[in-house]
Amino acid sequence: MATETSGAAKTEILRRVRKANGGSSDAVAAETAWNAIAREYRREAALAPEAMLDLLEDRLRDYDAHVVRVQRLEIAATVARMLTESGKRRIIVPAGIAAEWLPEGFEFVTDTGMTAADLDGFDGVLTGSTVAIAETGTVILQDVARPGRRAATLIPDYHLCIVEASKVVETVPEAMERLRATSTRPTTFFSGPSATADIEMTRIKGVHGPRFLDVILTI
Amino acid sequence: MTSLGDPLRISLFITCYNDTLFPATGQAVVRVLERLGHTVDFPAGQTCCGQMHVNTGYWDEALPMIPRFVEQFRNSEAVVVPSSSCVAHMREHYPAMARQLEATGKYSGLAAEVEALLPRVYEFSELLTKRLGITDLGSIFPHRVTYHASCHGLRSLQLGDGPTSLLRSVNDIDLAPLPGLEQCCGFGGTFAIKNADVSSAMLDEKLDAVLSTKAEIVTACDNSCLMHINGGLHRRGCNVRTMHIAEILAGEEEAR
Amino acid sequence: MSGPLLDPRTAPSFPKAAHNLLRDAQLRKNVHHATSVIQNKRARVVAELGDWEQLRLAGERIREHTMTHLDAYLEQFEMNCTRAGGVVHWARDAEEARQIVVRLAKEAIAAEQRESPSPAEILKIKSMTTEEIGLNGALEAAGIRPYETDLAELIIQLGRDKPSHIVVPALHKNRQQIHEIFQREMHLPDLGHSPEDLAEAARLFLREKFLRVPTAVSGANFLIAETGGVCIVESEGNGRMCLTLPRTLITVAGIDKVIPRFRDLEVFLQLLPRSATGERMNPYNSIWTGVSAGDGPRAFHVVLMDNARSGILADKESRQTLNCIRCGACQNVCPVYRQTGGQAYGSVYAGPIGAILTPQLQQMHYAESLPFASSLCGACYEVCPVKINIPEVLIHLRNKVVEQKGLTGEALAMKIMATIFQSERRFRAAQRLGRMAEAPLVRKDGQGVGWIGWLPGMLGGWTQVRDLQEMPKQTFRDWWEKRGRDGN
Repeated sequence: MATETSGAAKTEILRRVRKANGGSSDAVAAETAWNAIAREYRREAALAPEAMLDLLEDRLRDYDAHVVRVQRLEIAATVARMLTESGKRRIIVPAGIAAEWLPEGFEFVTDTGMTAADLDGFDGVLTGSTVAIAETGTVILQDVARPGRRAATLIPDYHLCIVEASKVVETVPEAMERLRATSTRPTTFFSGPSATADIEMTRIKGVHGPRFLDVILTI
Repeated sequence: MTSLGDPLRISLFITCYNDTLFPATGQAVVRVLERLGHTVDFPAGQTCCGQMHVNTGYWDEALPMIPRFVEQFRNSEAVVVPSSSCVAHMREHYPAMARQLEATGKYSGLAAEVEALLPRVYEFSELLTKRLGITDLGSIFPHRVTYHASCHGLRSLQLGDGPTSLLRSVNDIDLAPLPGLEQCCGFGGTFAIKNADVSSAMLDEKLDAVLSTKAEIVTACDNSCLMHINGGLHRRGCNVRTMHIAEILAGEEEAR
Repeated sequence: MSGPLLDPRTAPSFPKAAHNLLRDAQLRKNVHHATSVIQNKRARVVAELGDWEQLRLAGERIREHTMTHLDAYLEQFEMNCTRAGGVVHWARDAEEARQIVVRLAKEAIAAEQRESPSPAEILKIKSMTTEEIGLNGALEAAGIRPYETDLAELIIQLGRDKPSHIVVPALHKNRQQIHEIFQREMHLPDLGHSPEDLAEAARLFLREKFLRVPTAVSGANFLIAETGGVCIVESEGNGRMCLTLPRTLITVAGIDKVIPRFRDLEVFLQLLPRSATGERMNPYNSIWTGVSAGDGPRAFHVVLMDNARSGILADKESRQTLNCIRCGACQNVCPVYRQTGGQAYGSVYAGPIGAILTPQLQQMHYAESLPFASSLCGACYEVCPVKINIPEVLIHLRNKVVEQKGLTGEALAMKIMATIFQSERRFRAAQRLGRMAEAPLVRKDGQGVGWIGWLPGMLGGWTQVRDLQEMPKQTFRDWWEKRGRDGN
């Protein structure tokens, strides 16, 4: 019954759209026309890799994210330091996270599809990243291996994210290009901790989602 | 004080409301252009560009004004219009209106004539800065003046720094920048009447800004804005006057 | 629980609504402050990009292209979303959309209740589309309680109020007013007054629901035809909560939300955050496709709604209205909106975009005063990230309204004036007549200058707030002719 009505509605809507456009289109015509759209905006990096990392750090700090830059071998020690500084002990990690990133002395629990209530009981979450955009201070996680399931980075109040230099691009178009092959995966962009500007246009951090975002940039 | 190039024969399109309510502006335009060595003529059959009709939703009623305008000005070397909103309207709407008329079969060639004529039509400050390349008229105006950027001049005609650079060159002028100079004064043609309350609220903000500059005179490229601002100033009992930019550039000094 | 709806069919005309709202000094102060702040923020981040104009151009072209091929892209979206495990529904109008969503919500809730007892509730992410169709009222009538989870929408909902801005719906409220609402509705007698206290109260109030309620309804910022994916752009994290934790997600979207390809987000994710909130990037963007095992909802529905959009598409001059990406930048710069706030527009879409979208969504049967709620200053066009020429659409819609109204007093006056302008002789006669007619209304001031303080009938709007200087004795052409005769 519902499908019949939906079928009739679909037919009617498409009929109206075609009438409005004075004809019908199809995938081939759309593709040809799409390819012909002129794009004159910037699609490439202008900065050297080192400058890009500086920019990313700068932009992350603009959002009040805590950022440090370290060598790869120092990751575990840095994780230890940051967790200690913020008093976090019980941390959820996605399956497949690099063991060498995890220091001793803390409880790292692999996310095996826990309930929201269980996730709520953790002090924080530790993940890697898929891509980071220097220009906007954005870290992107796609549900592939290291980032893991979305709920894990949503419910805990603290997110410690490890961003490798090889994952950093300068512009938004470059980031979308990197994500394209896996574009149907659940994807989340983070640009600073959650915020609202709904009260007198003052940006207030920490509504829902992690109120604290720490980033370890590694070379 | 002379302009680049040869003297031109410049036709004046005074606009219906300047003709009726602000003849001094037209007189000032004539004076400035003649001082620069150009000849000014005034095709007597001119009436109105049709802006008010089009903006109020009476597009069809305004159509006959296009062939009339073309007829009056088709042979002009340059047309000067002391009203940026009228020029903006012509540039934005005349081509489509001409095409519409031509499609009726009764105005053959009108679209092409409009296309040929429009590049020769200039708002007054535009004529000076862009067509004649003038930045200094050598005028004198020893008063504190503030400039309001009329919306059509600012956004449609992209007058940019033209009017203020002309004003800055005036000797002894004390040019005070207007806070929020790009914000609409609230005139908007029939908007001022149909939405009088909001128009008034917008005018209040503009008047507050004007008064904060302690200027004696507010100027702009459009008497429509100035009429609205002037009416509000008078209602508030303020001494601040309004003058079209042409009148300042003509070096008018007498208190009126 | 829902406040009074902003219904264009019953809302007062813009001049009337504005008249009342202009008296609310607190509202005006809040709106002035908010729009000034956001205008400055936007200007700063836009200035950072050397290719902003090129991005706008690309945005315009992509949206225009999408509308031209809309049928192909809608079908492509349906195919790809379905393939990824989503269920796509089509709704011709608001009523049909409401029916579908209520049915789906009821089914989801019934399924949940079979597993364990739970109240009939759903969570909502802010969606102008669901407000446009009055979804909350329909849900409540069906015995389902919707909880708004955006802070501003929560404020509006708890305060039984109406939204006044596309992006910042509670822009018209200050912290004092919000404090009162929260204190009362959340039962928090000791609630602090700072924005941080208020945000914390909202966080705790809603967190309990996020972790518990298994059904959610959202809108969509973009539907990606190429992949069947949906993109939501947000700040607070409530979107992520509602998109990730519930077991059933129902997304309602106008057919104009479609974009061709994943790659096109590279343009819109630059244009939207900078235009909407003056940020380089908003805190969270979520992109998901259908259903993913072990991550997010198990059941995902999309309701594609027409509701007069195909009608707008059919109008050559105004179809560009559909290009809108709902950034709200036009509202933030509009000098009219700045004075009245959004509720004066009597619709969930306010400001310049509201002035052109609302009457068209009503197929020009209602909201006829909105196209005139503008001084045509063009500030909106200047900031629109997809270059909608709003002033031109306003003029076009004014023509439509005038046509509909037929021969009114105003139309007659306009026709007469047009006839006058057709002849030099008649024009000069009218000038003389005007001077004669105004004479009785003129009063001389201290300097001997004549002023009119009162004009009759339609023209009274002028003298309500301004004086009018008397007409000069001599017109320009009188002077010109005299000069000619006198030889100078």
